[in-house]
Amino acid sequence: MNAPMNVTTNANPAPAKKLRVATASLAGCFGCHMSILDIDERLLTLLDLIEFDRTPLTDIKRCGPCDLGIIEGGLCNAENVHVLREFRQNCKILVALGACAINGGLPAQRNHLDLRDVLEEVYQTEYLVSHGGIPNDPELPLPLNKVHPIHEVVKVDYFLPGCPPPADAIWKFLTDLLAGRTPALGHGLLHYD
Amino acid sequence: MSDTDTIDAVLDRHHRNGTRLMQILRETQEQLGWLSPATLTIIAKAVAWPRAMVEGTADFYSFFHTRPLGRYRVLWSDNITDRMLGNTDLMESMCKKLWLEPGRVSEDGLVSVDTTSCTGMCDQGPAVLVNYRPITRMTPARVGEMVGLIRSETPVAKWPVEWFAVDDNIRRKDILLDHGLVAGQALAAALELGAEKMLAEIKAARLRGRGGAGFGTGLKWEACRNAEGHGAHPAHYVVCNADEGEPGTFKDRVLLTSYADLVFEGMSIAGLVVGAKKGLLYLRGEYHYLLDPLESALATRRQAGLLGANILGTSFEFDIEIHLGAGAYICGEESALIESLEGKPGRPRIRPPFPVTHGYLDQPTTVNNVETLAASCLIAAHGSEWYARHGTEKSTGSKLLSVSGDCERPGIYEYPYGVTVRQVLEDCGAGFGKCDCQAVQISGPSGLCLTAAEFDRRIAFEDIPTAGAFMVFDESRDMFEVARNFAHFFAHESCGFCTPCRVGTTLVRNLMDKIANRHGSPYDIDELFKLHRLMQGASHCGLGNSACNPIFDTLNKFRPAYERRLMSLDYEPAFDLDAALSQARQMTGRDDAAAHFSAHLPNEAEA
Repeated sequence: MNAPMNVTTNANPAPAKKLRVATASLAGCFGCHMSILDIDERLLTLLDLIEFDRTPLTDIKRCGPCDLGIIEGGLCNAENVHVLREFRQNCKILVALGACAINGGLPAQRNHLDLRDVLEEVYQTEYLVSHGGIPNDPELPLPLNKVHPIHEVVKVDYFLPGCPPPADAIWKFLTDLLAGRTPALGHGLLHYD
Repeated sequence: MSDTDTIDAVLDRHHRNGTRLMQILRETQEQLGWLSPATLTIIAKAVAWPRAMVEGTADFYSFFHTRPLGRYRVLWSDNITDRMLGNTDLMESMCKKLWLEPGRVSEDGLVSVDTTSCTGMCDQGPAVLVNYRPITRMTPARVGEMVGLIRSETPVAKWPVEWFAVDDNIRRKDILLDHGLVAGQALAAALELGAEKMLAEIKAARLRGRGGAGFGTGLKWEACRNAEGHGAHPAHYVVCNADEGEPGTFKDRVLLTSYADLVFEGMSIAGLVVGAKKGLLYLRGEYHYLLDPLESALATRRQAGLLGANILGTSFEFDIEIHLGAGAYICGEESALIESLEGKPGRPRIRPPFPVTHGYLDQPTTVNNVETLAASCLIAAHGSEWYARHGTEKSTGSKLLSVSGDCERPGIYEYPYGVTVRQVLEDCGAGFGKCDCQAVQISGPSGLCLTAAEFDRRIAFEDIPTAGAFMVFDESRDMFEVARNFAHFFAHESCGFCTPCRVGTTLVRNLMDKIANRHGSPYDIDELFKLHRLMQGASHCGLGNSACNPIFDTLNKFRPAYERRLMSLDYEPAFDLDAALSQARQMTGRDDAAAHFSAHLPNEAEA
């Protein structure tokens, strides 16, 4: 899918209102967001059709009422849960983007360890660290006992697998949604690596 | 005798033949207590199979143990009917008395207590298996005595005989249970007719399979007869499916207890028709206690010239061998059963080819239900015209129903096909004014759940096909819990071969538990419907296809039983979110507002 796909709505009249979209990266690596940017010049086409609310691209701090929320990453601490709940409250459609949001991904590798042991090891016993004690400033969000995929805490409407999902899959998903079709990735775009 | 000698003796008895692995493993385990890695290595070498294959079989079946499980192994039958008779409390009190956790072996290696799928004693539960011998009608007093006997290490063989009593509980007889034939009569009639005419009679009688699917028996036998054997050892086989695993079904147990001759005779008639010299009876592991009586019934028939060479003075030669299963529901599916007969894990084969052309040892094989084979004797003895006069147009003859649950007289009821559900309820003492019957689960968890409005429907292939289970639930029963019990059953019994079923049954079980634990929301109900559709369409065999049936039926017919458990209209996590911060709170010593989650969504509490 190299050439920009024609989604200008010549055949159908353009929607009067732009689709309002919010995105966030929770316990993820921003790789999925990079993949969003990777849809390249089609971004310009997209910007005619959508507008961004809270997202790392706009630096808006709180999410307002939106049509679509895209979540990268799973839940590893309390702040992740708050952000996720804020998105669920404000977004009509919520999408889990990528392996970590769907399954917990890499951060969930700590799930077979006891959190207490992890904190002790990192802040108190490990060689060559400052041993300043386990941080307990109320400003800091507490880590969860286990890392959870987002669908275990809120209702999720769509799942886009991949690590990261290919830019073409994100594009296909968004254009399907804009056209009012139930998004379907199909062969080649649906993979888990 | 050393362990190696014991294993050697077993191996010799089975000619070191890998296809007899199930029997080799069972007999070895019976003598050594469990199947250690070293034992499996010896067996693999002896039968010249890769060790992984031998271990694959040993691991697949619930009744084979690849780790020690105690000298006494108590398994509580966990069908919904056992639950209704209070097995949960009884098992808990047994565990408490023995200082045990369910599923764990006591530290001294003496005993383990666990649950198992329905053992086919639904009309006389709660039932247990102790070292694979059935004990019925458990009571608190029996639990106490049993704990004493286990502690004093009294051998199970010396336990009170009356505990092991298994009653037939035949409540209504019709043409089959009142057959009036003497041993050999039906077979003599069949031999008189000859194979071709006998087949024509079966077809004319329109006999259909009693396992639930109702495939034409004549058609099956004909296809098997017409298929040619292949390879170095061409042969035809008759297999009697006595892997009666559908929870709530126990009619085959009764047939094999009191009508074994009729079943063996039916197998012989099938052998005559399809041209087989060998029949195999696949007996479910839970019915191990029937093995000795069945073997002696076979010996009697051999002596009477009804089995072996020159049967009844003719050139017909046929003999029967009994294979024991080891606790796998899936082996009731005919191709999984054949895999198991060949010593492999019971995973359904891809069909076609069907067993009638490529079955046991890849040879033409007819697999028939116990009741179907018994019924074929009536056709041989009385003719198709007589037989077809009973029942309905498309469902000739009679059907055995295994009635259990909330009724005055649980047991076996035989009716001509076409009987209404209401009639059965009247007869078993669950009719109007007797018990406020709210639902009947027909043909087990994979069957249908009927409400009072449907009690005029008929047991027949035209309306409600059934393998025979008939579980009655009165007004006091919670239909959600019934469905949840079935969801656990399927998650336990999925063979694990295909992903839709292996993962789907577990997801369904988890969602049902989530709702039961009051974490449910309408989204979870949507999810159950979605899984039902997916599993029905994408599973490899009937287990996955029908695993959501009880959920789908009860969701449609008893939705309030689900809805009153729902937590809220918002989605809810399956776990306590606030408790997920417990370890971090403990390690940081924090207990401020930000160190907790508000119980519910709104942002206000978090700000």
